[in-house]
Amino acid sequence: MGILSASNSITRYHVEGRLESPVLDNILRGLKKNTITEIEGDASEKMVGWTSFDKPYQPNFDGSSFVFGSHLVFSLRIDKKNIPAKVLKKHYMLETAKRLAESGREYLSRHEKKMLKDHVINVLNLRIPAVPNVYDVIWKYEESILWFFSNLKAANEELETLFSNSFNLTLIRLFPYTSADLVSGLSDAERDDLLNLSPTKFAG
Amino acid sequence: MLEIAVAYNRYHFLGEEFLTWLWFVIATDQNRLRRLDEDLLALEIGNRIVLENRRQDAQETITIKGDDAGLEEGILSLRKGAMVSELNLVYKSGELQWHFTIKGESLNLSSLSLPKTGVAETAEELEGVVLEKAFLYEKIIEFLENLFKDFIKLRVSNHWQNQAVPLIKKWINST
Repeated sequence: MGILSASNSITRYHVEGRLESPVLDNILRGLKKNTITEIEGDASEKMVGWTSFDKPYQPNFDGSSFVFGSHLVFSLRIDKKNIPAKVLKKHYMLETAKRLAESGREYLSRHEKKMLKDHVINVLNLRIPAVPNVYDVIWKYEESILWFFSNLKAANEELETLFSNSFNLTLIRLFPYTSADLVSGLSDAERDDLLNLSPTKFAG
Repeated sequence: MLEIAVAYNRYHFLGEEFLTWLWFVIATDQNRLRRLDEDLLALEIGNRIVLENRRQDAQETITIKGDDAGLEEGILSLRKGAMVSELNLVYKSGELQWHFTIKGESLNLSSLSLPKTGVAETAEELEGVVLEKAFLYEKIIEFLENLFKDFIKLRVSNHWQNQAVPLIKKWINST
């Protein structure tokens, strides 16, 4: 899902906290520190990191390329290797048969089975490509607003964790209560009243 | 502030009340909407409404979809105690249209389509297109945030129980 897509999903966030000056340098540092790295030919199953909005498969944040007017625009990339269950089953059974033949035994212990399965997953992960998913981000730093172009729970959770690790700032999702409490301009008395609200019944 | 997960679950009814109130305002008081956004020509119900009715130990979901779908079933569901949990809307401003779905429990936007913009042919044109898109996203998000502010100010006031709820009940029972 992306800013330029014909149809989009957006999750809105409030960014809690401020960065020290110079802000753009600190944001650049956070993006570079957690830029996604490739896991092709690696046993890793998943990799999460930042990437460039304009070049999501060749991340490069140099030259303030993430600054678009007053907006900071970059992307979260999640690369994941998905081993089809039937492929895993086939290789696991072949490897099991080989181990049994080599050892002359009839069964493997539970521990040996687990070790063998992990080994097969590692070997397959070395051979299969990771599927990249790219989700765009627009961060309006001055207004403490961030829009994330996905409603997927897993992608939102990865964003929240990576953002915190990269910038030491907290993202708060703007759902009904947080929208009311944080960004609706309620007075202290109104915020107290908010806590005491209970559901309205329109029927009857 | 409350712990996030607790706040999400405990107050998720506010999102459903917001969307139910919004349907009522769309149907009865477009001027209220125009006061919040002077560029607004009209806000209309789009091609999908989802309602949920939670009873003691059961939950009923009613989905009405289709470009020219009648909304009578939705009103009937409101009379039976359902609340709007998801609403597809069309925001019109001049000749421009935004289509989107808003979900009550999260206030997340989905299926959001913007008015047409230019296409970036070169890297140099990309910034202009992104800023144009960002402006169009901002336009609809700001409108929805102002709508929610209008709702929540009303919701925490005495006017909610004294004025708004009787009017919404009257609308539900007379439509």
